[in-house]
Amino acid sequence: MTEPLLSVRNLRVEFPTRRGILTAVDGVSFDIAPGEVLGVVGESGAGKSLTGAAIIGLLDPPGRIAGGEVLLKGERIDNLPAEALRRVRGKRIGMVFQDPLTSLNPLFQIGEQLTETIQLHTGMSAADARGRAVELLVDVGIPAAERRIDAYPHQFSGGMRQRVVLALALAANPELIIADEPTTALDVSVQAQIIALMKKLCREHHVAIMLITHDMGVIAETADRVAVMYAGRIAEIGPVRDVIKHAHHPYTRGLMGSIPTLTAESERLTQIPGSMPRLTAIPAGCAFNPRCTHVFERCCIERPDLLPTERSQVACWLYAGDMRATA
Amino acid sequence: MSTVLTRSQDQPDAAASAPLVKADHLTCVFDVSRPWLERTLAGAPKQSLTAVADLSFEIARRETFALVGESGSGKSTVARMVVGLLPPTSGEVTIDGISMSDPRLDAAREKLRRRIQMIFQDPFASLNPRWRVDRIIAEPVRAFGLAREDAEVARRVGELLQLVRLHPADGRKYPHEFSGGQRQRIAIARALSANPEFIVCDEPTSALDVSVQAQILNLMRDLQDRFGLTYLFISHNLAVVRHMATRIGVMYLGRLVEVAPAREIFDRPRHPYTRMLLDAVPDLEMTGRQRKSVDGEIPNPIAPPSGCAFHPRCPFAAERCRTEPPQITISGHTRVACHAVEEGRI
Amino acid sequence: MSVVSQPPPAQAQKGLFARAWDSDVGYSFRTSPVAIAAATVTVAIVFGTTFAEFITPQNPFDAASLNLMDGFTPPGEAGAGSGMIFRFGADSQGRDMYSALLFGSRVSLLIGTASVIFSLLLGVTLGLVAGYVGGQIEALIMRVADIQLSFPAILVALLVFGIARGLIHPSLHEQMTFVVMTVAIGLSNWAQYARTVRASTLVEKRKEYVDAARVIGLRAFPVMLKHVLPNVAGPVLVIATINLALAVLEEATLSFLGVGMPPTQPSLGTLIRVGQQFLFSGEWWILLFPSVALVTIALSINLFGDWLRDALNPRLR
Repeated sequence: MTEPLLSVRNLRVEFPTRRGILTAVDGVSFDIAPGEVLGVVGESGAGKSLTGAAIIGLLDPPGRIAGGEVLLKGERIDNLPAEALRRVRGKRIGMVFQDPLTSLNPLFQIGEQLTETIQLHTGMSAADARGRAVELLVDVGIPAAERRIDAYPHQFSGGMRQRVVLALALAANPELIIADEPTTALDVSVQAQIIALMKKLCREHHVAIMLITHDMGVIAETADRVAVMYAGRIAEIGPVRDVIKHAHHPYTRGLMGSIPTLTAESERLTQIPGSMPRLTAIPAGCAFNPRCTHVFERCCIERPDLLPTERSQVACWLYAGDMRATA
Repeated sequence: MSTVLTRSQDQPDAAASAPLVKADHLTCVFDVSRPWLERTLAGAPKQSLTAVADLSFEIARRETFALVGESGSGKSTVARMVVGLLPPTSGEVTIDGISMSDPRLDAAREKLRRRIQMIFQDPFASLNPRWRVDRIIAEPVRAFGLAREDAEVARRVGELLQLVRLHPADGRKYPHEFSGGQRQRIAIARALSANPEFIVCDEPTSALDVSVQAQILNLMRDLQDRFGLTYLFISHNLAVVRHMATRIGVMYLGRLVEVAPAREIFDRPRHPYTRMLLDAVPDLEMTGRQRKSVDGEIPNPIAPPSGCAFHPRCPFAAERCRTEPPQITISGHTRVACHAVEEGRI
Repeated sequence: MSVVSQPPPAQAQKGLFARAWDSDVGYSFRTSPVAIAAATVTVAIVFGTTFAEFITPQNPFDAASLNLMDGFTPPGEAGAGSGMIFRFGADSQGRDMYSALLFGSRVSLLIGTASVIFSLLLGVTLGLVAGYVGGQIEALIMRVADIQLSFPAILVALLVFGIARGLIHPSLHEQMTFVVMTVAIGLSNWAQYARTVRASTLVEKRKEYVDAARVIGLRAFPVMLKHVLPNVAGPVLVIATINLALAVLEEATLSFLGVGMPPTQPSLGTLIRVGQQFLFSGEWWILLFPSVALVTIALSINLFGDWLRDALNPRLR
């Protein structure tokens, strides 16, 4: 078993407010192997974006990491001083955000932004950096890269901009890219292109991707493993095929049933009653218990650990060894 | 249940087969030129954006007609024209025989307004943040004079809230106290408050989480069955539309490229763009199906390609596609605008 | 299985004051010493000026109650004529400065408030119309606002004052001064309201709740009034508060220049003008106290307005 590239152990992110401390991410643990694509999926308020932000140290105050560890190749990065963290960010971990329009500085040509990043993290000369920038642009599929490198962001369409953002993320040869909703703002036909591009880059550059999204379809096409988050906790984590086709956690099952597909037999969608609890009102025990159709007493008292099943792990008391018979 | 909200009774049998909504050669052109002073100083020409070009469709009573397209397709513009928020540059929308733009029919149109409603995309912007929920829902009731006394209005609001599975006491709260899904329910309650027959739904679930979307879509279907509603459903998501629509129209850059019953669109898509859209829907069944990659992106609507607007991205484009815009071909229940289909090439 | 949302908690709906106290703005107020101090001072001044007749030992503008022998009494001493203790001293006519302060502040505050209300009504209406209707009307209103903003407010007020002087019959000048001052200062300040409200209206106009109102057939005017106005009113409150301080200062300037309130019904500016003459002859108190009062009023309103702007700004919370 190779050493994981990124290891998150019991991460807790809190927001102190005058009404009390809100725990937005509560005891999240997972590993990402080198070159792997891990999808982190969840609905709004599940805490997936905050997890990504916490890993890379971009939490907006007053949010802060209140517990747990983040290890990159065995070394802790969550407790680094700001300057050291800044070096890690960009050099070893790249980020891709949702909105390509605001990820790029509209005042600078994309070539400038690329060469700046390359030089900052690799110390190449300006000419070499420019050459590498052109290579990157070709890699991400920008036509006529030699010419377009001097263009400004607004001269590109949405999909092209996101490709440039991917190029920027790859500029310093990072080991891991954290992509937060990279395809959400794009048209569906362009989404497919970007997904294919990400997979290709992942293979060619041997870079791992942490893909944060609410779109299960994107996960199905891109990820190797997926973690399903609910109310700041991981409900289920495992190989993508397993989680999607043979979901264990009642929430995951409900989620998969509510996604409209082209091939579903019934025309009526499965719906999960109620809605995700607000951060101020997370129930005791399992956060999903008020909405769960299989709820029993233990669920309301004790918060479930991640329990193993054949190939994945589920945070659900239905899968505790002694309860299997009633699952 | 209550007698206040009932199935729409005023539909004469003779007209039951006539379409409720008819759009005839709808066109909408926006003037996007720079301000006059700048333009004159720079010597630049006027610029116009054709958002919708020569669009025609019909919606029968009690059916759900879906308009599907990506950004720049003009589907939201069509929604606004149908509802009367935006006057078409040319062409006409007729609802139950009454034109939405003929100035001579102003009085008739006033009566018609009660029967048309709209549900919007953004649950955070479609409710006035300074109004309480009961006032928001009661607004159409009061505007159309459907209930005079406060007590009656309050009762109606309470019923509507229960209909959308909220609590009647929620009426005293403000919109910001609700989640996105709950706000969309409030918007639906508002849309139903004046007993409409026809509701235009502009991407009503696009801003919602998937599980919430399922609740809202199921609710909309239940309400349609119960009250005999007709929907014009706008969306960019073909999978969502599959659960809602009886007939589907696919739009690209302001034009309808294919209109067909829902089954046909999914089983036998004709137009290359429709096929591309279907192909782009992610494979949740994990069948490992190979995606055909499609190049390019939606072109700039201010400077659309010549001939058929899809030709730069179309794998079946021929010379004729570059020069001549395609006409509508009818094949069974399907209407397609594509040279390749017309010529029998695909 | 359909789930009806839980009914709201059984506690009684809190009163308006209780809710305000509990809210984020209330919390910000409670924890900001500057805001509390500024608010306290302002409230004290307003209270004092409202009930001036009852608090002050004399009405300094009632000639019958004056004793010329009291003139130039230094602060804290008894007057030579009436024997009354003059807390802040007496001026040349024997007027108690403390009383004069309160009455003068009252005039200043009244004119300030009236002019703010005037410019607020004018500016908000024009801004709302400009933003919602657009087109030529918007262009016209905004150009007028732009032109006006390029002149200093004092100049505009002076201009209006001069025109009013010309239009009004001389015998009515003194009585009309109050109204003319209000209109003059009001007209010099409406443009900022119009600009802010227009900008907010442009944003709100695009929101879907406005579309929803238009779908049911509401006309432009009801939509503007019932839907848009409540949503653009927020920044107006902050501008109004800060403007109040400016209006008071503007009024003081005009009176100081001699074109404002007359000495028979003086504002703080007039008192300062009168007191100026005596500065170098040793009776410093006639100038000092009105000046301190003016600065205190302007500063406390300003600080309160600053706090209010930060408290209402969602980004800073």
